[in-house]
Amino acid sequence: MPNGIIIFTEHRDGAFNKASFEAVAAGQQLGATLGQPVSAVVLSADANVAQGLADYKLDRVVSVENAKLSEYTPDGYADALESAVRALDPAYVLMPHTYLVRDFAPKLAARFGKDVISDCVRASVDGGAVTFSRRIFLGKIDADVVESMPVEVGEVRMKPEAPFQEVKAAVDLSKAEVIVAIGRGIKGQDNIQLAQQLADALGAELAASRPICDAGWLPIDRQIGSSGQTVAPKLYVALGISGAIQHLVGMKNARTIVAVNKDPEAPIFDIADYGIVGDLFEVVPTLVEEIKKLKG
Amino acid sequence: MKIIVLMKQVANKDAILRINRDATWIEEGDLSFEVNESDGYALEESLRLKEKHGGEVVVCTMGAQRAKSVIKDALARGADRAIHVVKDDLLNLTPYAGAKILAEAIRGEQPDLVMTGLQSDDNGFAQTGVILAELLGLPHATIVIEVDASGEQLRVKRELESGWYQWYTMPKPALLTIQSGISQIRYATLKGIMAAKKKEIKEVAPAATDPAAPSQRVTKVYFPQKTKQTQFLGDGNAKAGAAQLAEKLRSEARVF
Ligand SMILES: Cc1cc2nc3c(=O)[nH]c(=O)nc-3n(C[C@H](O)[C@H](O)[C@H](O)COP(=O)(O)OP(=O)(O)OC[C@H]3O[C@@H](n4cnc5c(N)ncnc54)[C@H](O)[C@@H]3O)c2cc1C
Ligand SMILES: Nc1ncnc2c1ncn2[C@@H]1O[C@H](COP(=O)(O)O)[C@@H](O)[C@H]1O
Repeated sequence: MPNGIIIFTEHRDGAFNKASFEAVAAGQQLGATLGQPVSAVVLSADANVAQGLADYKLDRVVSVENAKLSEYTPDGYADALESAVRALDPAYVLMPHTYLVRDFAPKLAARFGKDVISDCVRASVDGGAVTFSRRIFLGKIDADVVESMPVEVGEVRMKPEAPFQEVKAAVDLSKAEVIVAIGRGIKGQDNIQLAQQLADALGAELAASRPICDAGWLPIDRQIGSSGQTVAPKLYVALGISGAIQHLVGMKNARTIVAVNKDPEAPIFDIADYGIVGDLFEVVPTLVEEIKKLKG
Repeated sequence: MKIIVLMKQVANKDAILRINRDATWIEEGDLSFEVNESDGYALEESLRLKEKHGGEVVVCTMGAQRAKSVIKDALARGADRAIHVVKDDLLNLTPYAGAKILAEAIRGEQPDLVMTGLQSDDNGFAQTGVILAELLGLPHATIVIEVDASGEQLRVKRELESGWYQWYTMPKPALLTIQSGISQIRYATLKGIMAAKKKEIKEVAPAATDPAAPSQRVTKVYFPQKTKQTQFLGDGNAKAGAAQLAEKLRSEARVF
């Protein structure tokens, strides 16, 4: 019988990321509810890396070791975790939903004839059965023991080069006090001047969701989100942006969030302080006018 | 170079979604459909690689007859032929089961490159491509935003989080999941639309799926619970909302 929960923790050169600790917290909570032991696995070429989790309250920390794990590859990680999962035989494998996990987790699952419940933000237990849905567990974790487990890693077909950042963005939106951001709702490049008028009235920087930059309507250094910039202005005005998680992570810490969207169910409203359900092409001109009036 | 590009038809992004009666999926009856966003970029990149290196671009779609519009559009943009795995209902199809059907549909083609979008805009599994690579025994790279196929090996640029990137080298054949924005998408020309009429669309039946119980099943869909108390302004009147908002921005948010 498979038993227990194992949590895959992600690190770069020994530094664990925040999402991994959230996964550990989620695993702990699930473990407590189900009454199952909770272990963390750390993939590395270096046994010491797993020590980084020693202070978290876990039943055990398993250091999955192989020289080929010194840098991330999907082949290497899938092989290593496959061995680990077969050896530990857990009921659940939990992972943080990072770009790295997206890259190998489905491959790993496929080796067990399964797939991943991806982008999961909530788990609820009812009579031993777990329902996973969308919300995040939070909490703090400790661990006691560190175990070691050398694994076989087969042929690694891909050769990664060192990660790099593009030349520094021309505009640094992280310093902006007010941001007016546009999404696909702006419809066409010609309409951007409308948002620009609002930005001018508010003394704001113009920013955008990904599709706007993908289309080349605004330069990529004005993209907000998981693959763009992260901002925390006093005011963030989202015009015609639906509020996908990859966008929200880049702006959810703004002090005041305004959303204009014609869809009342758009997820952006979930984090908005002020919302207008309506057509941005009606809202924005009036808004510009009114702001100018109030400013006198 | 033979490239297979996987394209899925999904609900139009501007559609106002409604939950169906059984709360198992959205109400599809009154929806319009379009190609999944990143799949459009996967096609564009495939066409560019073909233009540079020669070869053939084969589109593969799994879906109901209405998904033919995705195929026809891809053929009009320059794809050479298409495989349509005709399957009316994709509901309750797990990413593993879906990838298995797609793997069987393209296995015989012996492609040099398989391209998929990085995730579907409806299910958002972000898994089909990676599982497909495993089932076909291919190396893969996800979230690809640049492809260099000029050498013996493939060299691809991957997007990492927060503005980081990384180059990967790997042998062909391989599978890439393409991120949107990799290049600017071309429009279909009238000439392309005419030419598309003569191109082959092969219909195939889906391979039998595993009798084993699926590893995940949707029990209920619902709108997420709102956590924040949003002040809605204007009550449906856009102009009134705008005026109220200007006032709030001054008096409550104090941004001017
Ligand atoms: C790995 C990965 C990384 C990503 N990175 C990023 C990132 O860094 N940043 C980012 O933004 N996205 C990113 N995305 C994409 C993200 O998932 C969404 O696809 C994107 O944010 C959607 O942009 P949008 O809201 O502008 O468009 P849509 O989702 O199409 O939303 C448009 C909205 O406009 C509304 N609208 C339409 N017309 C009007 C009108 N006249 N008036 C008012 N409202 C209107 C619609 O109701 C809709 O809500 C990433 C995705 C992945 C998978
Ligand atoms: N029914 C389908 N037909 C063709 N391609 C698909 C289908 N489902 C998924 N894909 C491909 O797999 C990618 C990832 O889908 P998903 O795993 O659902 O997020 C998509 O961007 C498509 O390229």
